[in-house]
Amino acid sequence: MDAHIFTGILVGEQGALSLEEMVEACGAETAWIVELVEVGVLSPEGRGEAAWRFGAPDLLRARRLARLARDFEASTEAAALILDLLDEIERLRARLGRAGM
Amino acid sequence: MEFKDYYQTLGVERSAPEGDIKRAYRKLARKYHPDVSKEPDASERMKAINEAYEVLKDPEKRAAYDRLGAGWQPGQDFHPPPDWDAGFEFRGSPAGEGFAGDFSDFFASLFGDATGARRGAGFHSRSEDHHARVLIDLEDAFRGATRTVTLRVPELDADGRLAVRERTLNVHIPKGIREGQLIRLAGQGSAGPQGGRAGDLYIEIAFKPHPFYRVDGREVYVSLPVTPWEAALGATVKAPTPGGPVEVKIPPHSQSGRKLRLRGRGIPGEPPGDLYLVLEVVLPPAQTDRAKQIYQTMARELAFDPRRGLGV
Repeated sequence: MDAHIFTGILVGEQGALSLEEMVEACGAETAWIVELVEVGVLSPEGRGEAAWRFGAPDLLRARRLARLARDFEASTEAAALILDLLDEIERLRARLGRAGM
Repeated sequence: MEFKDYYQTLGVERSAPEGDIKRAYRKLARKYHPDVSKEPDASERMKAINEAYEVLKDPEKRAAYDRLGAGWQPGQDFHPPPDWDAGFEFRGSPAGEGFAGDFSDFFASLFGDATGARRGAGFHSRSEDHHARVLIDLEDAFRGATRTVTLRVPELDADGRLAVRERTLNVHIPKGIREGQLIRLAGQGSAGPQGGRAGDLYIEIAFKPHPFYRVDGREVYVSLPVTPWEAALGATVKAPTPGGPVEVKIPPHSQSGRKLRLRGRGIPGEPPGDLYLVLEVVLPPAQTDRAKQIYQTMARELAFDPRRGLGV
């Protein structure tokens, strides 16, 4: 095993990845990412495709959506709805956690 | 190679009608799809489920699979019969990427190595970014840590066959990292088929469930049990925080559910998160005569009706 310790760049909630980097990270087409922004699944900072900056939640959402669409042969709209519902479950679980349950 | 019992994987009878197979898949997908599941081995289970469903949902593939006969045991050493797949033609390919390369040798021997074909329209084969998910302890986010990441990298071997190689690397987890953030390692993905710049590796960070801390973004929550007299009269008690124990003042007249905020004791950062102690009043058991006596004194001397608001 390589004993070297790799130090990476932290990708946080705020915009860090360009459109091109998102396309590569998702292994997808540019048009697909643009469509996800247009339908509101992804919300990059910046105006115009060249200025878009995506954060970690965008990348995780895009990849999750691609898997859901593939595994369930679902449309982008249906997969996006599943994503939203999963997010809501997460928020409710977090509220239970805050309430001490 | 090992025989796979696809019927057993989906938990259906060999005679199950198509509808039963679809229903079984839907239930298992809800339980084990890694994007909707909380099961620790979800990803592995879902691979097997997807493979079984890929065969059983398709009447041609299912008929071919059924021709192997019912005499096989899961895990039994298997070689396809010599006249295998005569009269069957597996046209088309399921769309998508990802799980494809993970289908078993058993699947590949029966239905061909569909890996190439399974890369659906719209997905390139160039230099590739890789993705991994690492579970860390909450404490790692307070101190920073080094974690070993094991990647399964699909590669073409000398004969042009797809093989999976394991690759491990040590990654620094910076202090202050939060769930859902990513660590990006430039150039640690794989190079494209024509060589060129290697892709990047993205590591998603998630926290292992903790026995008493719960994390929400940069905030940390913990239930703090207190006695009735600590809650009623106020007290100074010890409380755990991921950064080490602290002394906290319980204000008098506290009730269960009251939250005490310890500013800046959540996940470190700029700004750091807060830590919330959620008070939980715990009654001492009335197991001894003396304890019973004290409760009876309270019943007699405290005019207290917690149900007054209910109109009963």
